[in-house]
Amino acid sequence: MDILETIYGTPAGRFVARKAGLADPPRLRRGRVLPHGPIVLGELDGGGLARETLTLLGIVPAAPLIDVPDARTRDDKGRDVPPCYPSRPGAIVVDATGVRRIVELEGLRQLLRPAMRQLEGSGRVIILASDASAVEGLEAKAVAQGIDGINRTVAKELRGGSTSNLVFVRAGTAAEDLASTLSFLLEGRSAFVDGQAWRVGPAKLPHALTDLPFEGRVVVVTGAARGIGAAIARTFARDGATVVAVDIPPAGDALAAVANEVGGSALQLDITAADAGRRIAEHVASRHGAGARIWAIVHNAGITRDKLLANLDEKRWASVLDVNLAAEMRINDFLLHNDVPGGLGEEARIVGIASTSGVAGNKGQTNYAASKAGVMGLVWAMSEELAGRPITVNAVAPGFIETEMTAAIPFVSREIFRRTNSLTQGGNPVDVAETLAYLCGPASGGVNGQVVRVCGQNLVGA
Amino acid sequence: MSTRTAVVVGGNRTPFVKAGGRYASASAQDLLTAALDGLVARFGLAGQKVDEVVGGAVLKHTRDFNLTREAVLGSALSPHSPACDLQQACGTGLEAVIYASNKIRLGQADVAIAGGVDSASDAPIVVTEPLRKALLALNRARTLPDKLKALSRIRPADLAPVPPAVIEPRTGLSMGESQALTTARWGVTREEQDELSLASHRNLARAWDEGFYDDLVTPYLGVARDGILRPETSLEALAKLRPVFGKGEDASMTAGNSTALTDGAAVVLLAEEEHARGRGWPVLARVVDAQVAATDYVTGAEDLLLAPTRAIPELLARNELTLDDFALIEIHEAFAATVIATLTALERNGTGVVDRARLNVGGSSLAAGHPFAATGGRIVASLAKALVARGPGSRGLISICAAGGQGVVAILEAV
Repeated sequence: MDILETIYGTPAGRFVARKAGLADPPRLRRGRVLPHGPIVLGELDGGGLARETLTLLGIVPAAPLIDVPDARTRDDKGRDVPPCYPSRPGAIVVDATGVRRIVELEGLRQLLRPAMRQLEGSGRVIILASDASAVEGLEAKAVAQGIDGINRTVAKELRGGSTSNLVFVRAGTAAEDLASTLSFLLEGRSAFVDGQAWRVGPAKLPHALTDLPFEGRVVVVTGAARGIGAAIARTFARDGATVVAVDIPPAGDALAAVANEVGGSALQLDITAADAGRRIAEHVASRHGAGARIWAIVHNAGITRDKLLANLDEKRWASVLDVNLAAEMRINDFLLHNDVPGGLGEEARIVGIASTSGVAGNKGQTNYAASKAGVMGLVWAMSEELAGRPITVNAVAPGFIETEMTAAIPFVSREIFRRTNSLTQGGNPVDVAETLAYLCGPASGGVNGQVVRVCGQNLVGA
Repeated sequence: MSTRTAVVVGGNRTPFVKAGGRYASASAQDLLTAALDGLVARFGLAGQKVDEVVGGAVLKHTRDFNLTREAVLGSALSPHSPACDLQQACGTGLEAVIYASNKIRLGQADVAIAGGVDSASDAPIVVTEPLRKALLALNRARTLPDKLKALSRIRPADLAPVPPAVIEPRTGLSMGESQALTTARWGVTREEQDELSLASHRNLARAWDEGFYDDLVTPYLGVARDGILRPETSLEALAKLRPVFGKGEDASMTAGNSTALTDGAAVVLLAEEEHARGRGWPVLARVVDAQVAATDYVTGAEDLLLAPTRAIPELLARNELTLDDFALIEIHEAFAATVIATLTALERNGTGVVDRARLNVGGSSLAAGHPFAATGGRIVASLAKALVARGPGSRGLISICAAGGQGVVAILEAV
């Protein structure tokens, strides 16, 4: 810890920092916890899917307040203010799935304005809109994208750890397909997902939403010995998974501790080995029963070998691409094409880890950005290639996450990185893990080919 | 007639390191717990009951009277897993495997873990005999004069702690000194010893580089590979070392061809064959049979560390096998000269000739180190894995010499 960081941590240091505008960031609601306040549902014309989905989740929504001139009141300075909720809402769900025309966007303004300053801490704005592919006509397609502009800006304007996210609904999507996504967004599991938009469509195979979605299911997590990987193992285990924790042999002691903590098993394996996929399958079959199959594989293992391109040699270049992208592809290739004991199940989930560096580029990380942008490309291409099989492929793209790796960044840079997002703080490893668990959930079969950023709406590449 | 068979499912050990090194602050119990936890993780046994855990240590504190059970309680295994300690000097680990295998065969257990640990860093340091007697007298004394009298018997020299040493009580000779007699008697040369030592280092280094130990070892306290291993050593480097055991011109035993005091722990997962298959577990090798023998070394008629040359012929005869029937042979390298004297003795007593190409192919104690009670577990797990690569039916012979003139030998057979 350097001297600045030490001073910054003292009461006097915190006082000065607050005066300088570096307020203590809000504490985020995390875990399988719904908002405290009422969940308000605002339905615009042509909607209805949100109400059905909330009903599936057992949530009775509260009525919204609408910001129309007649409803406004005046504050003590005589200014017009939007109508005031009797108690702070925990979330507002805006069902804009029927919105096709520019003038109809006014409906979103009317619903969102009263909520902007009244949501409780870690509140939620969730907007449902029809995906451009599901609507006819130029105006409707433009409007779909316009709603994302609203979402991203609302996310930036919200305070107190509240987030805004948008779900684009594809044609034929039912409430059952949407339930896992809406539940994830409402609960604390989505704490560090902000200003994002992704698509949900009809699931290939339906599954009910439960709190132990992975019970009796094997989930393989690579890079599980520490940091984000260990959090992923814990989160999946909390949700019932039998976790196979994979990491390189030199990390075996930390790996064993994680595996034993979550009641899973440890596989000491360098994922760049040519036969890594086969060895993963063999381990699954020889540890978790000959009939065991992999429900989900989380390709979390990754390395950085940062250098400005002007100083970057072929070794640092190749090792990052091999670990972060090529190894994952070889493992997928084996598991997708070999029906072996301990292999991928008929229905399965494949998830990878992209990065905001892959989305936006990052100085000193050409190799890393190439690998992580490559993961995104892989997700998009694979989800199309596997359209005929009940397998989904998705990824998360973490922003600044508090880990041993980011703790090594010099203090001032680190403080800048962690604050330059809409939630003014770094995410926790569990935030990445929760998002992956959502994507891998049996009930998330309608979420396919998506890259969800877990970055608190990082300014980089937003 | 029972048809139950005990098989080796897998194993785990810590990397072995020189005593007083990276594990200096770890107790024997810490090491054994770490080895157990690595095995539990490798086979997904967290929270599960194992029918029996058996282990031991040669250098043992009185506080470790229930070492293995305490290690189990500190591990991720279910607390319902019973455990016991067993001790047979350097034969402890292999004897533990035999004990557990026999229980499995008899139907008293389906799944067992066997192994051992030794920490020469955590060796008990005791008080001198005069001090112990004086303290007992002091304890008995009722009056002040009696107490003073008891205390007055203590001499300054009595206060020095007695460091641990592996001394044979009946000969007063250390292991090295005893082996030096054998080395001289069997005419083992310095060159032979150094060559064997070099082969041990080369073989172990190759096995590590090939990833052979990826599923046999779990790192501990920041150590991921065996610390005694010298991949770059050469005959020239070994030849430069000065003899440490033996006397005069012919002294040939150096730090390079004798095992170092080592810290480490090793455990083996054993199961009844059908039970293992039912769980989908790897079935590496059957524990076929075992034999223990002892020599008359006290009179000087025989050698302290050559008891395996008595046990092996008995074991082979009972199983109607010859040395040629073994794809792999593991002779524990207490000293390079022990192995060479063992080979010579086996030839002279008519047992046969060991093909050196089948001997200790993955390296042995000279390169890996020798935490006494952990050596058996190390050999059983790695031999079982190596036999699988040689195909079903491949046999392996294990020979371990032990203090007290004892030898423990066993046969494994790939399934």
